[in-house]
Amino acid sequence: MTTKATPHITQNEALIFERSQTGRKGYLLPALDVDETPIDELLPAEFRRTDDLEGVPEVSEVDVVRHFTRISTWNYNIDLGMYPLGSCTMKYNSRLNERVARIKGFANLHPLASEEDSQGALQLLYELQQHLSEITGLAAVSLQPAAGAHGEMTGVMIIRAFLDARDGVGEGDQPRRHVMLIPDSAHGTNPASAHLSGFTVKTVRSTPEGQTDLDALRELCAAGDVAGLMLTNPNTVGLFERNIREICQIVHDAGGLVYMDGANMNALVGWARPGDMGVDVIHLNLHKTFSTPHGGGGPGSGPCCCTKELEPYLPVPRIVRAAERYKLDFDYPQTIGRVKAFYGNFGMAVRALSYIETHGADGLREATEAAVLNARVIAHGLASDYDKPFDAPPMHEVVFTDKRQARKGVHTLDIAKRLIDYGFHPMTIYFPLIVQGAMLIEPTESVGRQEIQHFIEAMRAIAREAVETPELVTGAPHTTRIGRLDEAAAARKPVLRWRPEEKAAVA
Amino acid sequence: MLRSVGLNAPEELFDTIPADILLRDLLNTPPALSEPELIARFESLAAKNSAAHRPNFLGAGAYSHYQPTIVDSLISRSEFFTAYTPYQPEISQGTLQAIFEFQTLVCQLTGMDVANASMYDGSTSVAEAVLMAERVTRRRKVVVSGALHPEYLHVAETYVAHAGIVLVRAGFDERSGTTNFDELGDLDDATAAIIVQSPNFFGCVEDLQTLAERAHKVGALLVVCVTESISLGLLREPGAAGADIVVAEGQSFGVPLSYGGPYLGLFATREKYARQLPGRLVGVAADKEGRRGFVLTLATREQHIRREKATSNICTNEGLIALMATIYLETLGRRGLQEVAMQCAQKAAYAARRIAGIEGFSLPYAATPRFNEFVVRAPVAADELLRRLSSEHNITGGLALSRYFPERTNDILVCVTETNPRSEIDALVEGLAELTK
Amino acid sequence: MANIPDDLHYSKDHEWVRVEGDIGTVGITDHAQNQLGDIVYVELPRVGDSLEAGGVFGQVESVKAANDLYSPVSGEVTEANETLNDDPEQVNKDPYGAAWMLRLRLKDAGEVDKLMNAAEYEDYTKKITE
Repeated sequence: MTTKATPHITQNEALIFERSQTGRKGYLLPALDVDETPIDELLPAEFRRTDDLEGVPEVSEVDVVRHFTRISTWNYNIDLGMYPLGSCTMKYNSRLNERVARIKGFANLHPLASEEDSQGALQLLYELQQHLSEITGLAAVSLQPAAGAHGEMTGVMIIRAFLDARDGVGEGDQPRRHVMLIPDSAHGTNPASAHLSGFTVKTVRSTPEGQTDLDALRELCAAGDVAGLMLTNPNTVGLFERNIREICQIVHDAGGLVYMDGANMNALVGWARPGDMGVDVIHLNLHKTFSTPHGGGGPGSGPCCCTKELEPYLPVPRIVRAAERYKLDFDYPQTIGRVKAFYGNFGMAVRALSYIETHGADGLREATEAAVLNARVIAHGLASDYDKPFDAPPMHEVVFTDKRQARKGVHTLDIAKRLIDYGFHPMTIYFPLIVQGAMLIEPTESVGRQEIQHFIEAMRAIAREAVETPELVTGAPHTTRIGRLDEAAAARKPVLRWRPEEKAAVA
Repeated sequence: MLRSVGLNAPEELFDTIPADILLRDLLNTPPALSEPELIARFESLAAKNSAAHRPNFLGAGAYSHYQPTIVDSLISRSEFFTAYTPYQPEISQGTLQAIFEFQTLVCQLTGMDVANASMYDGSTSVAEAVLMAERVTRRRKVVVSGALHPEYLHVAETYVAHAGIVLVRAGFDERSGTTNFDELGDLDDATAAIIVQSPNFFGCVEDLQTLAERAHKVGALLVVCVTESISLGLLREPGAAGADIVVAEGQSFGVPLSYGGPYLGLFATREKYARQLPGRLVGVAADKEGRRGFVLTLATREQHIRREKATSNICTNEGLIALMATIYLETLGRRGLQEVAMQCAQKAAYAARRIAGIEGFSLPYAATPRFNEFVVRAPVAADELLRRLSSEHNITGGLALSRYFPERTNDILVCVTETNPRSEIDALVEGLAELTK
Repeated sequence: MANIPDDLHYSKDHEWVRVEGDIGTVGITDHAQNQLGDIVYVELPRVGDSLEAGGVFGQVESVKAANDLYSPVSGEVTEANETLNDDPEQVNKDPYGAAWMLRLRLKDAGEVDKLMNAAEYEDYTKKITE
């Protein structure tokens, strides 16, 4: 098989500010076509800026095109190849989704247009809500949160509101039940979101088999102050929580609610539903499971889905249907309020609906199958070279440790960097925290057999190198235009913007 | 491949899921559509959004601006839009350098020292600014202008509901259309910050200098919020007026209206507060050979390290939208941004003058400086007037203020940008005149 | 082999205190700085702050981690080492000297008896590293 990647010449490119030339123009606007008002009448001098926008660059259109084209070539991306990033679900970003999001009737629609002038948009949001409700098995949906963490925050606020209504609020606005249980394997956004709602975080430990420890859970719930449990299923080590029904029962019996982080839905869609497991509220990541693009860090979308019981607390406005009309409904007196202006990241909702309708019900089920199968193949292919801490069959992602390689002084970070030389983006590293030197691998369904084989072979080659020529691994990457960066120096004396007096080289 | 992992049928992949949860049948979602069918369906949905196909004078937090063609074409490059968050800097330098440029541009426009890599939007940026003000000052009261966008205020209230922070609303001066802080006298040494929007929700420019002095006198921060960021091309930068934190909605920088999202939160502050910033930050770094690169830095503020003690729970932000804004700002550049801002102000002034000239119409805040939005008082109920303007004249004339302020039945917020040719403005004026004669 | 000076008292959280009269000088140990990696930032208390033994007095940050700092003794902060703002690497290079973090007026000189001496601390670090 041909090797996956090879070094290749690429362009250098300075910062745009370093390319700026006075007088260059990249645009042409139509001339002003109204009678001019004298500037001082338009806006008195004391309200106008006097710096003449000093420092903002002046470049031509070609400058801009070359600038961004050149720097774009320095990025790995999904269209180039697999991202084995556990927990991220880097699947194919369909071009059809991009096309429909750009239809003028969507792209040019102002959010404050009247309801009768926005029926198509409202219908689209409503239909997406219906599908997400069906997929999760939860009755009610809000598309307002702009990202997973935002959806989490929303879910935790809903739990808080529900419990305050049911149990009353404690002194000084303290929640009566002030503890939120979070597994030791949880994503960092979970405790951060809990904190915002005034909860104290207590950790639930995992068993050596990588499952939530039921005894630990019972013990914590026995204290009587538990508001809820935030968990991920499959969990962050890629295993399905077999006792999920019992987990939900324990928390419910103790008077709490169960929140599920939906980041790993790619292992469940069409095969199992959080609502059927006893989960009360979940957030979804449209930019993971539903293929909307990662964009180098967003935009995302984090819909929040919940049971009928929790529905009154969802953010407003809700998108509802009455007769054949779609409406914005603000009449929810128990709502937690608004988590964002307008209705959420509509553009991502368009893409997600397109994804759902392009796949169809059987396509969604098949995608999940392929995602899990691909992860199993990788688990199988790497088990002889890498330490796999859990025996249970993984779902859509599998975790390994660097235990074996560490004996020779080669660590997870080194393996990740060396993978770059083999033409892959590294896997998720050092997460979850409960696994020493974790390497969490999620291929998704968007990878064919050939790419998976390439990946397995690359990882096996690196395992050999770790024994025979460890410096090759610890010094990696060798083929990129820059090597490992001195992040400590960057954090000690942070330079977070360009200034005119700075030179191109950095100290 | 199934057999290579010792399985015989796809169902076996899901053996670890208890049988009573496992789905046997297909979900009740529609069957797959082919590309042509899907496109046709979405086109028919889009066609029902009549407001997207006619002249628009709506502002109030979302603005129609011209998007240079190269913006969409460049962000559509696979290398940008299908790329992941730049945690592995060696293979993400494109994304990282673009963010560094974005951070720089935000600082330049707002007059501040440091800006982050983006927040979700203007409204959540205000909420996060409230949380940051509490962290910095260790005080729990925040005074909010009565002229802040109502949806932004609602978001801030939702965020702080259980964070132990109290939001106090300052008054609104009905005569001038600007914030009135004297009415409440709530500024004291328990105040963490004053939050003011400028130009405010009613289009009026606020006196930021005086507000900064009043805040600093009691040791509080001044947080300035900007919803129409194009205004920064003409208006005095909030940093120069003494702002400590500037938050803004960046959608005006070449980002489509898209029925409310995805948008772009800008967040900037002074050097000394950099470590209290929420969100991602990109900084300069060097490799062993001394080559300059860019890297996510000061990550210990963030959720994946600090967990419950993080400055924010934000993870995914608005990366690609920040890239759109960056390309927009670099394409228009210094002179283009000034020209767009000037055209917006000039056209708005023309529209305001002509509307004020219609019998029965007045501008309640005519004497107060503004940028491109202004309040019009009609002789009839605004929502009915606007409805008829849509159906009979095919123009979206503006926002009926009764949507947020039920007592303001006859008031309309009108926004004019460089995308409204004179003919459209004249048609708006003629329509308003005809419907009220 | 980590450096463990004889004349200091050590806490389980890897802080040291040097007692001179009623003034205690506090910092983190060589073992601690080695575990943390390159230090990029130190957050110190303010002069006048009142600290309790076992209470958090600040934070130390490396690139990938942030850790709370716990005061080994109780007292009122009389000095904080501002040079660490510009030069946090000192914590890695000279944890017992130039990278002292704060000085406080001891509330109760007897508290140091609850801490470990150099030999005890050495045993302790050996045990936890296994």
